Amino acid sequence: MLKINDLKASIEDKEILKGINLEIKPGEVHAIMGPNGSGKSTLASVLAGREDYEVDGGDVDFDGEDLLEMAPEVRAQKGLFLAFQYPVEIPGVSNTNFLRTAVNEVRKARGEEPYNAANFMKEMKEKMQIVSIDKSLMGRSLNEGFSGGEKKRNEIFHMAMLDPKLAILDETDSGLDIDALRIVANGVNTLRDGNRSFVVVTHYQRLLDYIVPDFVHVLYKGKIVKSGTKELALELEEKGYDWIIQEVEGQN
Amino acid sequence: MSIVIENAALKNNALSYIEDTIEKVPALVQLRTEAAETFASSDFPSIQHEEWKYTNIKKLVSNTYSFSNDVNVTAADIQDYLIEGTDVMVFVNGVYNASLSSFTSTEKVIVAPLSEAIEKHQDLVLAHLGKYADNSLPFVGVNTASVVEGGFVYAKRNALSETPLMFLNVVSGDNIVVQPRVLAVLEEGAQASIIERNAVIKGEAVLVNSVAEVNVAERANLSHLKLQDEVENTSLVTLSEAQQADNSVYHNITITTGGHIVRNNLNIALGEHCEGLMTGLYLVKGKTLVDNHTMVDHKMPNSYSNELYKGILSDKSKGVFNGKIFVREDAQKTNAFQSNKNILLSQDAVVDTKPQLEIWADDVSCSHGCTVGALDEEPMFYLRARGIPEDKARGLLIYAFAGDVIEKISNENVRALVEKIVAREMGYDLI
Ligand SMILES: Nc1ncnc2c1ncn2[C@@H]1O[C@H](COP(=O)(O)OP(=O)(O)O)[C@@H](O)[C@H]1O
Ligand SMILES: [Mg+2]
Repeated sequence: MLKINDLKASIEDKEILKGINLEIKPGEVHAIMGPNGSGKSTLASVLAGREDYEVDGGDVDFDGEDLLEMAPEVRAQKGLFLAFQYPVEIPGVSNTNFLRTAVNEVRKARGEEPYNAANFMKEMKEKMQIVSIDKSLMGRSLNEGFSGGEKKRNEIFHMAMLDPKLAILDETDSGLDIDALRIVANGVNTLRDGNRSFVVVTHYQRLLDYIVPDFVHVLYKGKIVKSGTKELALELEEKGYDWIIQEVEGQN
Repeated sequence: MSIVIENAALKNNALSYIEDTIEKVPALVQLRTEAAETFASSDFPSIQHEEWKYTNIKKLVSNTYSFSNDVNVTAADIQDYLIEGTDVMVFVNGVYNASLSSFTSTEKVIVAPLSEAIEKHQDLVLAHLGKYADNSLPFVGVNTASVVEGGFVYAKRNALSETPLMFLNVVSGDNIVVQPRVLAVLEEGAQASIIERNAVIKGEAVLVNSVAEVNVAERANLSHLKLQDEVENTSLVTLSEAQQADNSVYHNITITTGGHIVRNNLNIALGEHCEGLMTGLYLVKGKTLVDNHTMVDHKMPNSYSNELYKGILSDKSKGVFNGKIFVREDAQKTNAFQSNKNILLSQDAVVDTKPQLEIWADDVSCSHGCTVGALDEEPMFYLRARGIPEDKARGLLIYAFAGDVIEKISNENVRALVEKIVAREMGYDLI
């Protein structure tokens, strides 16, 4: 589904990703962990097509196509979804109108009929249940004045509506209390259907109790320095990142 | 360099036009003659003039215009300019056209072209016409000195006029100057809503120099929309001059989506416990220059003024905003707010924005702010990353930016029309 090959990226001449290799197959859930500033959000942003970042090398294959050549909206239309670490507040654009535009653009690109108002509402209702998101958030401006938890839930709700092939969740757990965390994880697990793939970026192991990953990778200073299964996350929880950092620095 | 443009063709031609037509309406001869004398001794401002620094009208006033031109305009020609649920009074190249007009005039709300009003209600007209606008300003002086026609609405005590009334100035022909005039008078407790709009259906280098005088008595409420969806080669110089008595409300909304040079002057003088509202949106492209000069004068205590002007500029268009707030010594407990926000969609678009506050009272609450910048990248990326193409995302964001201006238009049909015009100007199909 996604094949990242020696990906290097920088911002303002600062090298951040220093050769990432990662392959994600349909239905797999990969967790990416690592200390703050290691490049997790950068990786997510580069994959989603944020233009501030300069790609200095490598390539990314998404279902047989060159992902890095595509405009951000084309990536989304082809089934890539990014749940933002910091969802953007957009005053004056209603959550519902925005979603309808987005969903219909994506459907159009996939050769599907756009939803009419009635079908769209039906779809919304169904997907709102998945993340138990409050109806009152739908008529409001996108993320404006939403609490931290509401923003994250709204991201997962968008994901459910857009029905992506690959979803990247960037610290969707941060700032959530345990109940909200459970709800968000539940939403993800409901959408885990054996074909859809996930990249779960997280700083803490906590989320991975609820969304159980197939693989865990540790990103440090722009490189994946260790990969393993879910046991690696537990080990990190127990021992912190220091031992890995030492291991890496020791090699250098 | 002089602060005036001497020997402008427009001045000389206007003076001979005024002379030729001075006898046309006997009741207006005195007003016009006085204005003509003042106008004759003044000159149009150059860019050395502080109030015209960013707006060069040299070419505009050096052009040779005709002041009248008989043309035949049909209902089909103006169809697109009519607004559902709105009365309309039509002028064609300055001449009132009864057959294209459709409005009701009652005992309580008198609506008439000025030429008719001056016959039937001479006292009402002469008590107000030319009494508020400053004829020593050349564009105002020439308009007053030329006035033989115009739009007149007079709402008597507590009269509620529910249907908005549009004054539609149709222009057809090259190098035409028209000088629309509006007089709106509301007695105590009356309520009305007027719209000024131009329809240049054919013609190059058209100049519209309009003056609207508005008198809002105690507890009265007037909404005044200037809808300037002009074609490329039309230039406008406009004045809205409003007098507000105690406890009155006046709301001026100025929407500009095109034109060559558009200069709007808006002056509001407030009594006590008044609300003076100034709302503006300019959404321009090409080489349009839009210049809004506003002034609110808090003469008395306890009044509230709120100004919100927003601009969206593409290509090589240019915006000018100058917002004056005067708070006189007696005007304690004044609340005055002003905000001017601009989005530049191209490298070549520019905005000059300047708040000008003069506050002589000590117990007042005033705030002002202005911003000029590109469309934020963060929201743009967020929308695109959810599958919305770049141009549509931009449209959504601009629409959202303009939204709080548009939603201040209370009449539903008018608001829907403005929404449509804005969407059309952006070139996006919005849901
Ligand atoms: N816009 C930016 N300008 C400059 N440096 C940035 C910018 N965004 C991120 N960085 C830097 O890139 C590095 C990686 O950041 P990020 O990808 O956000 O890490 P993580 O998500 O793992 O915490 C950090 O050193 C951060 O300071
Ligand atoms: Mg991050």
